[in-house]
Amino acid sequence: MSNPMLALEKVTARVGRFVLPEFSLEIQEGECVALMGPSGCGKTTLMETVCGLRNGVTSGRILLDGVDITSLPPGARGIGLVPQDVALFPTLKVRDQLEFGPKLHGWDSSETKVRVEGLALDLGLEMLLDRSPGGLSGGEARRVALGRALALRPRLLCLDEALTGLDEARHTEVLAVIRKMIEREGVTALHVTHSKREAEAIADRVVVME
Amino acid sequence: MDQAKHKDNRIWRVRPEWPFLLFLVFVVAAYLGLLLLMVGANVLTISWDEAGEILKDPDIQHSIKLTFVTCTVTAILSVLVSVPVAYLLSRYQFRGRALIDTLLDIPILLPPLIVGLSLLILFNRVSPSDCCWMLAGGFLLAAIFGGKGLVRNVTGGLVVLFGVGAMILSVSERSLEDVVSGVGLPMTFHPLGVVLAQFPVAAAFAVRTMRTTFDQISPRYEEVAMTLGCNRGQAFTRVVLPLAGKGMVAAGTMAWARALGEFGPILIFAGATRGRTEVLATSVFLEINIGNLPGAAALSLLMILLAVTTLLVVRFFVGRGGAA
Repeated sequence: MSNPMLALEKVTARVGRFVLPEFSLEIQEGECVALMGPSGCGKTTLMETVCGLRNGVTSGRILLDGVDITSLPPGARGIGLVPQDVALFPTLKVRDQLEFGPKLHGWDSSETKVRVEGLALDLGLEMLLDRSPGGLSGGEARRVALGRALALRPRLLCLDEALTGLDEARHTEVLAVIRKMIEREGVTALHVTHSKREAEAIADRVVVME
Repeated sequence: MDQAKHKDNRIWRVRPEWPFLLFLVFVVAAYLGLLLLMVGANVLTISWDEAGEILKDPDIQHSIKLTFVTCTVTAILSVLVSVPVAYLLSRYQFRGRALIDTLLDIPILLPPLIVGLSLLILFNRVSPSDCCWMLAGGFLLAAIFGGKGLVRNVTGGLVVLFGVGAMILSVSERSLEDVVSGVGLPMTFHPLGVVLAQFPVAAAFAVRTMRTTFDQISPRYEEVAMTLGCNRGQAFTRVVLPLAGKGMVAAGTMAWARALGEFGPILIFAGATRGRTEVLATSVFLEINIGNLPGAAALSLLMILLAVTTLLVVRFFVGRGGAA
């Protein structure tokens, strides 16, 4: 078997008073893994630790494509995040949300335009590019957040209970979009969820945290 | 079982709500009534001819101009200082944060005269060398008790900086006022001193307002921005600041209105010299001192109008747009 895209090697972390017990995980390139577990077991903490948002790793290593990223800042890791509350920047229109990463990384304007229009087409956002986050439905907001996270072509996509709060129809629709985008972009994905049905629908493998 | 079912089906008796509403209306009416009576008393006291005369007085016109300029400068300075201070307190956990939070409220709690007196003593009785020693001592305590890492390195560096500065400056016996006057920034009994006298309390109110603003902005926005390649500073300027626009306007207004009403520190530190350091609050005081009650009432009414207009203008702009 080839080297994993993401490897957590006996990682323990402390965030405030919460202690994440030792955890190991390997995800192969292009694989989508759903991470499940009871409330309070540390799923979100683990994901935030992988993204570099909590500098609480007390032992172990996080390897991404063979590179030790344990102490790298979030922006240097090459990981896209879709958080539970979506967190679209309220002052930016949909187009600006999608362009945020590429512009920050100095992509030239034509490359940015092609990427953003391609994502908008794949995600069904062409008609929404000039809309503000306040004018989006829950499903549309999820699709924009997914596009924003994928715009920089990350090596790993982290989805933190990204479908929570959607009604049944929107849930099914966004789930299908996520699955389609993961396959189309060929991105490795780590999906945190409470729903067993959702995990089985989206993931190649389900990992349960105790 | 039948009895329980019977009870569930009854219409429950609820006491009428009008006594509570009456109580609310009474309290609001009493409070608003007091405010309106205070304004009305000023209006009744004004002799409109004298009011016209006093507003044409060159000293009063200078006072009005100085009030606008100093309040605006103080408000801008307060926003510039309050944004980073409030952001630090809102987003970072470190030892001594609660202490700093409390210290920042001191200007609000202190009697205004003491703010003025403290500034007067600082500028006229304390040498720059003593200032450096005091700051070095303060940062030394922060370095010892304030945690580790960057905080300790920065505070440790400031201890060395101010310690060396204190030794270099100890050759001179001059006061702080002599030194700042020497570089063209006289403070005591000077218009610049008016701004400095207004600043501590105005900035404290601005910090409170900005702290509430940043607390209400989810840190998740910065975290997402950081996964997209921002460092902390870029996440702050590109994502948080645009969201804090309304809060900054509110903080600036609060500081402006607070500076407009400042009196004690200005009187003690900058004085009330006609045509030089006199602002509207001190003009009212001077008019009362010379027994011109109608004149004082006219100026009071002008200040009330300025305060109300400022609040209305800001509410109009803040209510119209922007995020957060």
